[in-house]
Amino acid sequence: MTLVVNDLTVDHGSIRAVSSVSFTVPTGQLATIIGANGAGKTTLLRALSGLIQPKSGSATWQSNSILNQPPERLARAGILHVADGKSVIAELSVKENLSLPTLWQRDKKSAKSSLDSVFQIFPRLAERINQNAGTLSGGERQMLAIGRAIVAKPKLLLLDEPSLGLAPLIVEQIFQTIKRLQTEMKLTVVLVEQNAMSALKIADEGIVLNLGKVVAVDSAQKLLNDPAVKAAYLGF
Amino acid sequence: MKLFDTFLTGLSTGSIYSLMSIALVLVWRSTRVINFAQAGQAVLSTYVGYEIIVRTNSFWFGLIAAMIAGAAIGALIDFFFMRALFKRVKSGPIVLVAPVVATLGLLGIIQAITGFIWGLDNKSITPPVTTGGFTIGDRTLPFGPLNLLIVVAVTVSLLILAIIFQRTNIGLSLRASAFSPEISKLSGIKVDAIRTFGWALSGAAGGLAGILFVSNSALNPNAMDVLLVFGFVSAVIGGLDSLIGAVAGGFVLGMAINFAVAYIDTQMIFPTTFLILILVLLLKPSGLFSRSKGRRD
Repeated sequence: MTLVVNDLTVDHGSIRAVSSVSFTVPTGQLATIIGANGAGKTTLLRALSGLIQPKSGSATWQSNSILNQPPERLARAGILHVADGKSVIAELSVKENLSLPTLWQRDKKSAKSSLDSVFQIFPRLAERINQNAGTLSGGERQMLAIGRAIVAKPKLLLLDEPSLGLAPLIVEQIFQTIKRLQTEMKLTVVLVEQNAMSALKIADEGIVLNLGKVVAVDSAQKLLNDPAVKAAYLGF
Repeated sequence: MKLFDTFLTGLSTGSIYSLMSIALVLVWRSTRVINFAQAGQAVLSTYVGYEIIVRTNSFWFGLIAAMIAGAAIGALIDFFFMRALFKRVKSGPIVLVAPVVATLGLLGIIQAITGFIWGLDNKSITPPVTTGGFTIGDRTLPFGPLNLLIVVAVTVSLLILAIIFQRTNIGLSLRASAFSPEISKLSGIKVDAIRTFGWALSGAAGGLAGILFVSNSALNPNAMDVLLVFGFVSAVIGGLDSLIGAVAGGFVLGMAINFAVAYIDTQMIFPTTFLILILVLLLKPSGLFSRSKGRRD
């Protein structure tokens, strides 16, 4: 019942973006993968959600391999990837965006109730229900992207830079919500972040990636106090 | 009176152009492929419809058969051909060229097959209503029951399409997959299957356009080539991405051609068509009816 990534290597075009990466995230834990721009964080996440094929290595979730599977199958199995850039479909309304995962759900009643639970978590989305997603603010878009993943009934949530381009106050809010989701819905979360400080504060585990390689794995608390990590990623 | 007559003929030709335009837009917005093979798909579907009309003596059975055949041909092309193509061709400039070459190749193959089966001579389809015009007093309009049938058939199918797109789950899947295949996949939507459905819808629209088009003219393997050109120009006028744009583009082109023919010369059909195409590309390349600022890629 864990996410186990073992010796994973992923190429991005002709560049080796992820190189022999191994880590484990126990069920119900929130792990953050931090590192500078170009460290391979996004590529790693895209391989885990089936968007790209890795070169070699393995990744299992609850003992089943998740590599080289179509992303839609992984999504239906509860592995939800919220891509970076506030991944919403601008041309569709808030409601339509949130409804996408209900299109394939057989149990329409529970699909409806998961929609309602998203509106409880993010009341702002309920206010904007019929607006086009393109008209939302950056923070609202991020809420919508995460909300869409929740509607899909996630077990493993892969979040790519939810703080990107958001004001510090909004980042704080979003991160508190992520933490709440982890504990209340018993989610396993992999949070990819450049904003290492905020991410480590809510995370259980931290994985530091540099140029495609894991350079440190430790509890988030320890990484927050590690002088080397502080110097390199926390900006002081 | 001439003004009104020209408007009526424009309405009737415009509605067929709209249908062909829709067939092209449906495939373009879901797969970013300009489907030149649509002229072949439509002609093959129309031959199927023709065979059914010959055997059953019913235009309506033929029309339905043409639409079903169109849907089946469209789905088969996507499932067996385009999917394989996009699996192999993934990056580099060839991505832009391959689908064009592939659909042109398909067009040639389908036309050769239809020519082989049915010959190159003209076949005609007897429409279910008279081809003459309505009369008002002692004047005969250039618009009769057949034109009315065409306009009504096109309007009904556009309404059905609009309902599918705006009101149904599969319509939402189609729109989402067209706007963002990646987000759709990450939301659990089977984008490949949805695309095949889009090709089927497009094929059905092409089959309907085909049988209506030849009920007013003649059927041969190249019968839809001009219709493809008109449909394509209509789609560009409408911005390629928008179904409403495609319909509007069809009517704009239909009107423009009929007015140019009526008031200038019968030779004006193609000059008018390409003049409009060039003007739209120069002045508003995103299309006259698109809401977005530029073309999406």
